[in-house]
Amino acid sequence: MSVIARWRKPSLARQEAIFGFIFIGPWIIGFLALQLGPMITSLVLSFTEYQIVAAPKFVGIDNYAKLFTADPSFLDALKVTFTYGLVATPAGLVLGLLIAILLNQNVPGLMVWRTVYYLPAVVSGVAVGMLWVWIFHSEFGLINLALRIILGIQGPAWLAHPSWALWALIIMSFWGVGGSMVVNLAGLQGIPTELYEAASIDGATWWHKFWRVTLPMLSPVLFFNLVMGVIGSFQYFTNAYVMTGGGPGRSTLFYNLYLYKNAFQYFKMGYASALAWVLFLIIMLLTVLIFRSSPLWVHYEGSVKGR
Amino acid sequence: MTAAIATAVSRVRSIPQRRVRVLAFKALVLLLIIPGAILFLAPFVWMVSTSLKDAKYVFLFPPQIIPDPVRWNNYIRVIQRVPFPLYGWNTIRMTLLCLLGQMLTASMVAFGFARLRFPGRDVLFLLLLSTIMLPQQVTLIPTFLIYRYLGWVDSFKPLIVPDWLGGSPFCVFLLRQFISTLPIEMDEAAKIEGCGYFGIYWRIILPLIKPALAAVAIFVFMWNWNDIFYSLIYLNSQRNWTLALGLNFLRRSSPMGPGVLEAELLMAGSVIVMTPCLLVFFFAQKYFIQGIVFTGVKG
Repeated sequence: MSVIARWRKPSLARQEAIFGFIFIGPWIIGFLALQLGPMITSLVLSFTEYQIVAAPKFVGIDNYAKLFTADPSFLDALKVTFTYGLVATPAGLVLGLLIAILLNQNVPGLMVWRTVYYLPAVVSGVAVGMLWVWIFHSEFGLINLALRIILGIQGPAWLAHPSWALWALIIMSFWGVGGSMVVNLAGLQGIPTELYEAASIDGATWWHKFWRVTLPMLSPVLFFNLVMGVIGSFQYFTNAYVMTGGGPGRSTLFYNLYLYKNAFQYFKMGYASALAWVLFLIIMLLTVLIFRSSPLWVHYEGSVKGR
Repeated sequence: MTAAIATAVSRVRSIPQRRVRVLAFKALVLLLIIPGAILFLAPFVWMVSTSLKDAKYVFLFPPQIIPDPVRWNNYIRVIQRVPFPLYGWNTIRMTLLCLLGQMLTASMVAFGFARLRFPGRDVLFLLLLSTIMLPQQVTLIPTFLIYRYLGWVDSFKPLIVPDWLGGSPFCVFLLRQFISTLPIEMDEAAKIEGCGYFGIYWRIILPLIKPALAAVAIFVFMWNWNDIFYSLIYLNSQRNWTLALGLNFLRRSSPMGPGVLEAELLMAGSVIVMTPCLLVFFFAQKYFIQGIVFTGVKG
């Protein structure tokens, strides 16, 4: 270190630049070798037929044409993923906001309640999937037992029924709503109390305060979470793979699961690459769409500084 | 005169009235919070309860909440069925190596972007940010082919190496933002004292960003601990499996046939896999919430 510091031949700025590249070096290598390179390669592969054993064969836009005209599984995967994203995300946000408002009141045991609501968001993965397989069990699962004992009705077969399986996964997602609650809670606490006081002086009711102060001030947080939620549904994999395997039928065939199956079960690498690029374009489009429409309803202004 | 008396009276009366109203409001809020809390806890209780039940009593109506008799034996049976100690060791080893790489390289890259001036820095940082939005599927297949070419499939290398190359752009971003809030005068003072850039990074910045590093460590731990996507792709032979893969196997490996659900064993396995995550959360709650809030609000 000190040797380098004493060796002042290159100008200080030059030296700083060299060190700058040394420090970001790991990322540059990773970016070129694991992101940029593979991105270009997968674009190329998406125009080929490639089953690993033989060399890739160029097929033009065949893969893409097949996706949209001759692959009902692909259309089902899109439908499943969008249904999940457009139902589970907004519903989860509303629920998270409601819980955050409740847990922003000064009631006894506040920290305990917050922890309880947040706890399910901490766990994820296969263990949670297994737990919910058991909870959704058609006869002795927690939900159907509760329905039977409290309401005296027989619940559906949930994961085993094509028209209920996706809804089961949506219901299950509400258990993890604690993440959105914490973010909303921070947002709520970032709202200056003067705004509420001013509103009170103007004679605003609780409802007005919520609608005219709370919601506009929280909108950047809600907005961010909406974008991430919809994009997240395109990454949905573990629960679909572990709990339903995409079934029954194709009723929970999430996009990511379908891609995985094409690539690593059917070894259709070219076709899976086309799927990946369609997914990429959808996510780009969604991101742009949501960002473009945000000025209509998102209120950005110094206030939510976080701290 | 009478008006003055009236307001005085109403003020006196309004104090207890207001208190009653506040109390009623709090009671109402609690009335909403408590049932919800029970609902949120129920799956955990159900899991632990089932994991301790005798196989005969799992499918019982009405169900037992507190198992009788308590069968701790289920946990031994589950380990006999699936070698969870081995998979636990695999998972811990992999997670720790990812953690170490990510904390070291992500903080280096973050330091470079936050503190050093070099040509193209802002463009490169923008590039890094844009990769947060890049879906992993777009690079998945070619990276698989690269690792396959290198002979790394069925080893932990494909899961660990990315973490040693800056890892998640999201973590780099989080650390860079954190470093940017530290006063630059410290760097300058150190430089005058004859401290090189590595010295500044190692002796000044790293100790100061411990809270952010803790948040990163927790995120990386949770991702790796719970991952099944990459483990499925890269860990083929059973001796290399992780806890997640082992648990998934448990469900499909009932000796009574594929469709048979051995709920008590499945729940015992789930408890084993889930407990470390919950422990990490309880011991590092502060950093955990900070990290979520920081990234959620500032996006």
